[in-house]
Amino acid sequence: MSKVTDRSRDIGPFVPGPDDDMIICRCEEITKGEIRQAVHDGMWNMAEIRRYLRCTMGLCQGQTCGKLVKGIVASELGIRPNELEFQTSRAPMRPTEMHVFANEEEAKIK
Amino acid sequence: MKRIGLIVVGAGPAGLSAAIEAAKRGVDVVVFDENARPGGQLFKQIHKFFGSKEHRAKVRGFRIGKQLLEEADAAGVQVVLDATVIGVYLDKEVVVRIGDGIEHYKADAIIIATGAAENMVPFPGWTLPGVIGAGAAQTMMNLHGVRPGQKVLMLGSGNVGLVVSFQLKQAGCDVVALADAAPRIGGYGVHASKLARTGIPFYLPYTIKEAEGTDHVTGVTIAKLDERFQFIPGTEIHFDVDTICIAVGLSPMSQLLKMVGCEMKDNVPVCDAHGQTSIPGIYAAGDVSGIEEASSAMIEGRQAGVYAAEYLGYIEKDEMDTEEASLDTALDGLRQGMFAPGNKGKKIDLTEEGIPVSENLLSRGFVAEDEIERFPGVVHKAGIHPVIECTQNIPCNPCQDACNKGCIKVGDHITTLPAVEDDSTCINCGMCVANCPGQAIFLVDEDAGDGMAEITMPYEFLPVPEVGAKGVGLSRSGEPICDAEVTRVRSSKAFDKTNLLTVKVPKEYAMKARFFEEVSK
Amino acid sequence: MESRIQEHPILGTYEKGRPVKFTYDGKEVEGYEGEPIAEALKANGVMIHRYTAKKHTPRGMFCAIGRCTDCVMVVDGEPNVRTCMTPLKEGMVVQTQYGNSAKPFEEQEVQK
Repeated sequence: MSKVTDRSRDIGPFVPGPDDDMIICRCEEITKGEIRQAVHDGMWNMAEIRRYLRCTMGLCQGQTCGKLVKGIVASELGIRPNELEFQTSRAPMRPTEMHVFANEEEAKIK
Repeated sequence: MKRIGLIVVGAGPAGLSAAIEAAKRGVDVVVFDENARPGGQLFKQIHKFFGSKEHRAKVRGFRIGKQLLEEADAAGVQVVLDATVIGVYLDKEVVVRIGDGIEHYKADAIIIATGAAENMVPFPGWTLPGVIGAGAAQTMMNLHGVRPGQKVLMLGSGNVGLVVSFQLKQAGCDVVALADAAPRIGGYGVHASKLARTGIPFYLPYTIKEAEGTDHVTGVTIAKLDERFQFIPGTEIHFDVDTICIAVGLSPMSQLLKMVGCEMKDNVPVCDAHGQTSIPGIYAAGDVSGIEEASSAMIEGRQAGVYAAEYLGYIEKDEMDTEEASLDTALDGLRQGMFAPGNKGKKIDLTEEGIPVSENLLSRGFVAEDEIERFPGVVHKAGIHPVIECTQNIPCNPCQDACNKGCIKVGDHITTLPAVEDDSTCINCGMCVANCPGQAIFLVDEDAGDGMAEITMPYEFLPVPEVGAKGVGLSRSGEPICDAEVTRVRSSKAFDKTNLLTVKVPKEYAMKARFFEEVSK
Repeated sequence: MESRIQEHPILGTYEKGRPVKFTYDGKEVEGYEGEPIAEALKANGVMIHRYTAKKHTPRGMFCAIGRCTDCVMVVDGEPNVRTCMTPLKEGMVVQTQYGNSAKPFEEQEVQK
């Protein structure tokens, strides 16, 4: 079982850090401390972290903080960042208002 | 829903190049781009590109952008702007937001050329207005003519950080310092040297400890890092700045590829030799398939366009193979030398010629006086002669083509350090000085009479000093070292906005003074 | 120092639309038609585009290419408009965004 999926693995207690109140997810205003705490609350991958905290789920959809959040979660789990999967990519790739979504247009190209 | 032969996502250097090649072969191709203007980041690149003729070396990025648009027009490529591809689904269905509506297209082949996004680094105060990405700075000053700030600190010494710092200076901003958490400068040494000789200090390995200010940035503190990337107490340095610029690398914007189900490795699509992803008929080209220069992106794009044309049956395999061979050679040319993709992060001690690399260049941005003489472009001769301060093996050779007197030799191997030929005669035309994308060539007359020497240097700032202007000669590290007077100013269409400044300095500074600063009367 | 670059050593002068007036938080200011709203604001010395919903901290332009969404403001009554991507038009009403509203937080709380 990998270090990511072995939920019985002891990752030690949450140790407060001096930069815990630093914002990581700029859109949803989630701090480094909240992300680190979330790992100790049992959120061990990007899908869980984002549903738990909403980080990477704001207007920018993780464009800015995705990599940073992944790095923090990995560090807390004691693994390398590339051992963690990135968040799932879904449409819409850019913020899209609901009224636009509802507005199905005829294809106009050519 | 409408069916289209080839959909290209992204009208940057890779996407446009791909569309041009496919359209030339008869493919019906549409390019979608979310921006109001095509060209991606090319129109923000105002420096001369590296490479050789086939890579359009010594041409400024925005001019390459214009050429590319003209070529796309001529080939009949349809570029749809303000069109955001918000999803790509199995069976190559592409969903695009155009205006206030959603349109659906079905493609037979897709080329994803969405480019890259900037990496960011958090520090206390990084959400304050005034902390910006390096790309933002480029957008503001080079597209819209607005200065990002007056006093700027740059974080990041990769080519983006170096190039944007120079551009900030060109825009009239004061770059107070350049810091990088790495122990070595990441970008080309020649880009760093352009900054160092104007007096911009490099701080490595330093990073930002805190951005100060309540409503917006009013200052910044940087501090030195130890080997474990921890701040060393007592090394803090404060700067009064209104802008902090972040240039800490790029990451592929590969979400569409991931969404459609292409096999990925570390957020980069796994592609075959044809740039084809794990899904037949879906290609990736440019930065989205791995971060490189715009020059490489254009070649990758052309390849993808040719491959897609073959995939769709518009050309025979023979034609593809012929095209592929020549494009591969061009691409290989760019992937050589000390900064080749395979050398990322490696410390290189010796040049290909076996010359020790300048340590000062890597840590402080300039080649020290006791290091410069060992490089083949730095020679002493009677009369005017080029002094080429090009000390790293990079794929670039316009200097060789610039001199029709045969003074400069790179040879067939594009990364070889340029050498000055012994038996040649310089006619002081200045083409080498103006054409060197690294601004690393100077014309020096070590004995111009009366105990003086004359140095001709590239100058891309405003105002351009006039003949007779008096000031100081700055060393490679930006220290004022001697009196200097401008004796000649040259500009010409062939120099493409690089002015040539000839200054007279005392003889002993012929090989030391490398920049001029006018001292106001 | 003037924020607008009058003459650039490489680019020369910039092609701009006609000068237009718009309002920023009720004040009449000037910009060029078609340039991003954010650039016009920057040229007028505006740094703060919005205050965040949770911590009420100031934000301004960050990426300038429509990715980060930090520069969103209330434009013609519509919140969350990316000012770095939206072209300026004559008479636009641009307002600092507090959370998701043009109303300062105190007034928003009164409404509750």
